[in-house]
Order: sequence, then structure tokens, then C-alpha cells
Amino acid sequence: MKKTHIIILIFIAIAIAVLISFMGDLTTYDTVASAREKEGKFVHLIAKLDKTKPVEYDAIKNPNYMRFTAIDTLGNSTPVIYHNAKPTDFEKSERLVLKGSMKDGQFEADEMLMKCPSKYKEDVEVNKKNLSSN
Amino acid sequence: MNYIGENLLPGQLGHFFVVLALVSSLVATISYFKSANSIDPADELRWRKLARIAFGIDFLSVFTVFGILYYIISSHSFEYFYAWNHSNLSLNTQYLLACIWEGQEGSFMLWTLWHAVLGALLIFRGTKWEAPVMAVISFMQLCLATFILGVYVGDTSIGSNPFLLVREKFADAPVFARADYLSLAQMQDGQGLNQLLQNYWMVIHPPVLFLGFAASIVPFAFAVAGLWKNDYTWTKPALPWSLFAAGILGLGIMMGAAWAYESLTFGGYWAWDPVENASLVPWLVLVAGIHTQVIYNATGHSLRATKVFFILGFCMVLYSTFLTRSGVLGDSSVHAFTGLGMDAQLLIFLLIFLIPAFVLFFKRFKEIPHIVKEEETSSREFWMFIGALVLFLSAAIITWQTSFNPIYNKITGQSTAAPEDIEFSYNKIQVFVAIVIALLTAITQYLKYKKTAPQLWVKKILVPTSIAAAITLIFFLVSGLEYDKKGIGFQAALYLAFFASVYSVVANASYIWIGLNGRLKAAGASVAHVGFGLSLVGILISSSNKQVLSYNTTGINLKFDERSKEKSLENLTLIKGVATDMGKYWATFVNSDSTNSTGNISYYKVDMMKKDSTESFSLYPNLIRNTKGQEGFSNNPDARHYWNKDIFSYITYADDMDKREDTAQFKSYTVNVKDTVYYSNGFFILDKVVPNPSNKKYQFKPTDTALMAAITVYSKEGTRFTAQPVFYVEGNQARYILDTVYAQNIALGFSKVMADQKIELQVKESNRMVPFVALKVYEFPQINILWLGIILMTIGFGISVVYRSRQGRLKAVNKI
Repeated sequence: MKKTHIIILIFIAIAIAVLISFMGDLTTYDTVASAREKEGKFVHLIAKLDKTKPVEYDAIKNPNYMRFTAIDTLGNSTPVIYHNAKPTDFEKSERLVLKGSMKDGQFEADEMLMKCPSKYKEDVEVNKKNLSSN
Repeated sequence: MNYIGENLLPGQLGHFFVVLALVSSLVATISYFKSANSIDPADELRWRKLARIAFGIDFLSVFTVFGILYYIISSHSFEYFYAWNHSNLSLNTQYLLACIWEGQEGSFMLWTLWHAVLGALLIFRGTKWEAPVMAVISFMQLCLATFILGVYVGDTSIGSNPFLLVREKFADAPVFARADYLSLAQMQDGQGLNQLLQNYWMVIHPPVLFLGFAASIVPFAFAVAGLWKNDYTWTKPALPWSLFAAGILGLGIMMGAAWAYESLTFGGYWAWDPVENASLVPWLVLVAGIHTQVIYNATGHSLRATKVFFILGFCMVLYSTFLTRSGVLGDSSVHAFTGLGMDAQLLIFLLIFLIPAFVLFFKRFKEIPHIVKEEETSSREFWMFIGALVLFLSAAIITWQTSFNPIYNKITGQSTAAPEDIEFSYNKIQVFVAIVIALLTAITQYLKYKKTAPQLWVKKILVPTSIAAAITLIFFLVSGLEYDKKGIGFQAALYLAFFASVYSVVANASYIWIGLNGRLKAAGASVAHVGFGLSLVGILISSSNKQVLSYNTTGINLKFDERSKEKSLENLTLIKGVATDMGKYWATFVNSDSTNSTGNISYYKVDMMKKDSTESFSLYPNLIRNTKGQEGFSNNPDARHYWNKDIFSYITYADDMDKREDTAQFKSYTVNVKDTVYYSNGFFILDKVVPNPSNKKYQFKPTDTALMAAITVYSKEGTRFTAQPVFYVEGNQARYILDTVYAQNIALGFSKVMADQKIELQVKESNRMVPFVALKVYEFPQINILWLGIILMTIGFGISVVYRSRQGRLKAVNKI
């Protein structure tokens, strides 16, 4: 066997090892109930803001602390703590992707994605509404 | 109905030229195909002549289409959906051009435009490769024309027509029941260009990136042409083209990175976002292909690999088009386009190039020239090939990581998501790629093709190696790489990568003299490698030693948060006018104002003063109100540039982002000196009453009638503040000056002097009293090394393009 072939085989082995380790690092999208079952494990919680409950955030007291209640499509809800600044128009968000883990009945989010119409995607339908309403 | 005021001619012309482009590229494809396959030279010439005319018409058509779309946008013809949706009256000229590529249709047009230019250049060079290569490019033009065609076959739309009218787009909207709908207010102006995209990078980044994408078809077309004609002499004339493609694509990608760094708040220049990855992958594969191409030209090895790399490099461009434009990425990327419902068409677009190319490749596999005898381990080509393989492997792994989740979830219906630390999941692999590649670029140029005498090689490389080791050691002692969050193993890998990158810079720079005797014209590869190494150095230092300056260290805030010790809390609140401790600086939020004409941008002036007072400057991070029917704001950073670092800031929260009514009322208290009054977050004591105060804040003369209440406020957290409200008489009128303790949200007024030495104090507590901003401030060290590296790398590619194409031309002349 040629040494190029040996090297290619070694590379393929490395690639497979790397990909397997990548698969091991993958996380899951979860609901409140399934996130509770995996307490302490990093998950992507898909939920929305419970607008009937208050959103606690006071940038003057602490710009890195916000607390609110998230409710998922099955109707389960959980308090969420997010150690970062409150995103703009948080109250208007339609859907939240919360990255973090459940701890003592509270969801501690490390990162949060808001699904308002995203930054770069313009919503043609909204433009259409402007057309009819003005 | 006859609508009033519509200017329909440009749209009709535009659509006509789209169809003309489609038809002429079809004719060009067929004629070039016939020409390439003809046996009789006269036939070949006849078909070629027809093909050239057809491609010329295609060239004119795509430029006309582009021009008409620009005319529609710049003449503000808002009856057209493209103008109405992507532009408005207030845009400057350069952004009018950018409006074209804000939408999908326009970016396809940009792409096809570059193909037309590259095709024209290829015809101008007019070699024997013209017919087969141009057949492939004409076919590409045909495919791209279908994307802006906008014709319905049944219910499926083929492409999307950029010349659609608003009333055609929203046929069911009630306003179009009126013949004079254009006179309505909502038709007088367009939706504008997304405010966030109104940035000079938006004007230059997309054209350069698309030129890179477009250029990647040329090496692909040469590779396919070689298989098709069973003629493998294409690698030399194709070399300048593949160098050009990789150079421009790299530049375009890094312009995007510079834009991301400068004005989009990803917190850096690279986030391993799927869209970024999708453009990096073709670059990696193209660069791998260039190296094997050079090997083949010099030794006859590695032609098969070259073919595979160029076919895949171009197909990865198509794949990235599919990923970014089909909506498959969905939630996982910030800058994918909205799906236009063309998923199937995009997939066909990819497969129609990928499958025939590989079928042809395997059909010809045995006939592709190759050398059975293996490369020597001491040869240059052996290690170059290994490097190309590593680049390819890196591209394959990035592709897998980027597309696994969306595609796997789509097929299986599962809900897998990205790893917890996405960036690290890439970094931990790519750091080793960087180490291997940088080391290989350092040592390989010193090897000779075929065989190298080890002693000579060691002798030559000894000096650069020692210099690189010395620089690494000095750097380790003086500064070091501070990133230790992922453990000592990763930090060690970073150091190794740092050494390898410095080694690459030093070895390649010295090679220009040791190996090439300072002939800069021939030193394109060395210059590009120096640039590549410098970029890696810049990336390693700026990412590892990135510092958060805005760590929240103000004593008042920390106690609320039990986690603050374990986790870095990067936002810091600045209260207007109050100097706040920020690492090496005192930061003061001075004011905010809106300066652009539409009031979409608010600038926040933040004064930064070094604690030792050696330096002070202002930062103006700003918030951009999102336009185009979107809520909220986007933050736009501001940075202070130094030669060796950037101080980089952006607003994360500002009080006027969600204004609330201040409904709090003043409460009055009658107090004596030394009395204590409680408020919700603590208490305050009236220390004394000072007549006619003259201090920093107030300058009353002894003849005035003024009294100042000196008050100390004690918060629950144990911090103290002083408040000095004043009561004074002016023109027989009693007046008072409030004093506000911003950090505690209380305002104190001295409103009356009562009997028995008592005074009346007014106290107001409110949530929204104080203007403030919360912001993040980072220090990026040595970021300029990265940009310098990219510039050098692009220059290196440029030198090589010139050198190799001159080399090709000289050879052609010599042969005659």
C-alpha cells in the first residue's frame, strides 16, 4: 500500500472520530416537561413568553438579570432566568428559543433567540399590511 | 382597469431582456457544445461564431436587465414591487445600487453579470478551450436566467420576476380597486433599504463576494472541459483563473467578516454561522485544488484530485446558494434569505452540475493521466498534497457540522440541535487544521519537487525555524494567550497554532530571499502564505486575548445576583453623567441624540477616561430602529482604533427603548436635622441645612437667600450617596432645585422652611427617572494583524495571477 493511501486512511479515521464526537455534542430541542426530565442538561427550550406574568428587568439595579415566565405549546410553564440584557421588544416576541438548562425548577438560559421577524428577513406580509392600513 | 400614472415600459423591456438572456444563453450553450464536439474545423468555427454572437447578446441582455432595474429603483417608480419593497426616496445613490442586491433576484443578477464579464474575457483570450469552457458557462447563464424569469408552470413558479408590479404581487389588496392607487400616500414612498444594511460594506461586499462565486465556475469549466475533450493540458491556462477565483472569494468572505466585526453585533468577525461557513467551504476546496493543480503542472501527479477539488469547489458554491436561499437553515442562521419557494429549483440547480460532472469524471477515471510511482516523502509535491487533503477534510467537516442538523431533522423529523458551545465545536477541530496547514506552508516551499537533499533543506530552514521559535517564546513571556476556558489542552493547541502561524510568516517571508533571490514577481505564493499566516496570528491573538472591559463590578449591582461570581456578566449600566468604573477606564454616558434625517439612528455618546488620566476619548455606539415593518432596534457598535487594539462597544439596553410613563408622585415629609426618612430601598438622613452654599455644584453669594439641605442616602446594599436639594428665594418667589440620586431612582426637593427648625422635603421614587444605557465594551488586541494578513494574502494571489498568466503567454509565444 502506498503511503498516500495510508495517510488518507488515517485522515478518514480522524474525520470519523471527529464526527462521532460532534454527534455526541449535539443537543435537542425540548419542551418544558422534557427539559424538566433532563434537569441540569443543556437543551434548547422552545417556548413563548407568558404575557400574563410580569417580566422583571431593571437595568439600573442589574443589567444582567432578567426573570420571566415561559410557556410552551403544551401549556406547561416555567420561570426563566437570563443573565443578560433584556432584548429590545422582548414583550412583543412571538417565540423564544432558550438555550440553557433546568435548575431547581427554574430554567437558566445562557442564550436566548427571539423569533420576532428576524433582523435580516423582511416580512413581506407586514409590508403588505402597511399597504392596506396607511 | 386603466391605472393612472404607471410607467409600464421599463418593466416590459426588463422582462423582455430576461427572456432574451434566457434564449441567447440557450443558443450559446448549444452552439458552443456543437463547436466543441465538431470534427470538421470549418464546422467548429461556424458554430463558434454563432455561439459568440449569442453570448454577446446574453452579455448585453443581462447588463440591460441590471440597468433597467437600477433605473426603476433610482427613478423611484414605486409601482414596481422591487423598488417599493427594497428602496425609498431618502436613499443616497450608492445605496440605490445596494437595493438591487438586497433582494434575491438582484443577487442572482449580480452573479449572472459577473459570469457575463468573465465569459467575455475568456472569449477575448480565445484559446482552444473556449468552446467547451464557454459551453459550461453559457449553461450556467441559462440556469441563472431561469431564477429571474418568474413564469408559472401550473402552480410552481420558475424563478422570481424582479419586474413585478406591486399590484401584481398583492393582487387581492383592496387599494388596487382604485385606478389612481399610485396617488395614495402608501404608494408615494417605498419600504426602504433595511437600515442595518445602509452601510458602505453593503455596497462593496456583495459584488466582490459574487465575483468570487462567479469566478469559481472557470476552474470547474476547465476541469469538465478536460474530461469532456479527454485533453488534460488545461491545467496551465486555467491556473490564473483558479488563483483569481480563490483570491477574490477569500477577499469577499473576509470583507463580510470585517462588516460583521465593524457594524453587526456578532461580537466579532466570525461566528461559524451557517452562511459564513457556506462561503468558506468553497474557498477551502478551491485552495486545495490550486495546490494540486500546481503539483500537476510541475510533476504530473494529482490530476484526479485537482478535478475532484474544482468540481466540488464550484458545487459547494451552488450548495451554499441552496442552503442560504431555500429556508432549510430556518432558525439556525441570522442572515439567510427568506425562502422564495424555489427550493426544488435550487436543488435541481445544484444537481444538474454535480451529477453530470461526476458521471463524466468516473467515466474518464482510467484515462486521466497519473503516475503510478509514488511521490518521495522528501518531495515538495508529497507535502503539498497532504496539505490539500487537510484543507479538503476541513471543508468536509465544516459542511457536515453546518448541514447535519437541518437536513437530518428534515428527513427524520427528529429535533436535534446544535451543540452547547457552537463556536467551540468548530474551533476545537479547526485549530488543528490551522496548525497542520501553517506548518506545511512553512516547510514545504523549502522542499524541491521530486526529491530534496535533507541536509540542504535543514540548512535553509534552520534560520526561519529558530526565529519563529524565538518570537513565540518572547510572545509567551511578554503577553501570552489568555484563553483558558476550555482547559489546558486547548490552550496548548492555541500556542502550537501560534507558533505554526508565526513560523509560516517567517519561513515564507524569508523564502522570498533564500529561495527566490528576492524576485517579488515570482513570490505570489510566499506573499499569500505570509498573509495567511498573519491572518492566523491575528485571529489567535484577538480571539484568545479578547477582554471584556464592561464586567459589572459596580458594587451596588452585584448583590442581587448570586451567580455573578461564577459567570461573567458583561453588561454594565451607565447612568447619565455618572462616571462608572470600567476596568482601566472611567466611563460616562454623556448624552444621546438622533442625527440622521429620518431619526432612525440614535447615537449614545460615552466618554472613556483612563483611570490614570493619560487618555480620554468618546465612543458613539448607536441604536438603529428597524425599518421595513420590523419591531425593535439593532445595535450598531462603535470602536476606537489603535494600531495594536480596538476598544469596541455596543449598546445592549437603553431607557428610551421602551419608554414608560413616569407616574410616580412626590411625597412630602417634614423633618428636623438628624431625622431619618425611609424609602423603598433604604433610608436617608438630613445632616444639616447650609445657608447660601458655595461649592462645586452651587455658587450662591452671601447676599442671596438660599438654603441647601445636606442629605446622606443609605441604600440597603450599604452604599452611600449625597443629595443636596436647594431652596431659594428669587424675586420674592420661593423656588427649589431638585437633586436626584440616579443610582437609587430617588429625587429629593427642599420645598419649604417650617417652624421650629423643621423643613419640608419632597421625595419621589420612580423606575424611569434617569437616562441610562447598558452596554458591553470589549478590547480586541491585534485585530489589525488579521486585516493586514488578508490584504497581503489577496496581494499574493494577485501577484500569482499576473505571474502565471504571463508564464502561460510566454510559453504560447515560445511554441510558435
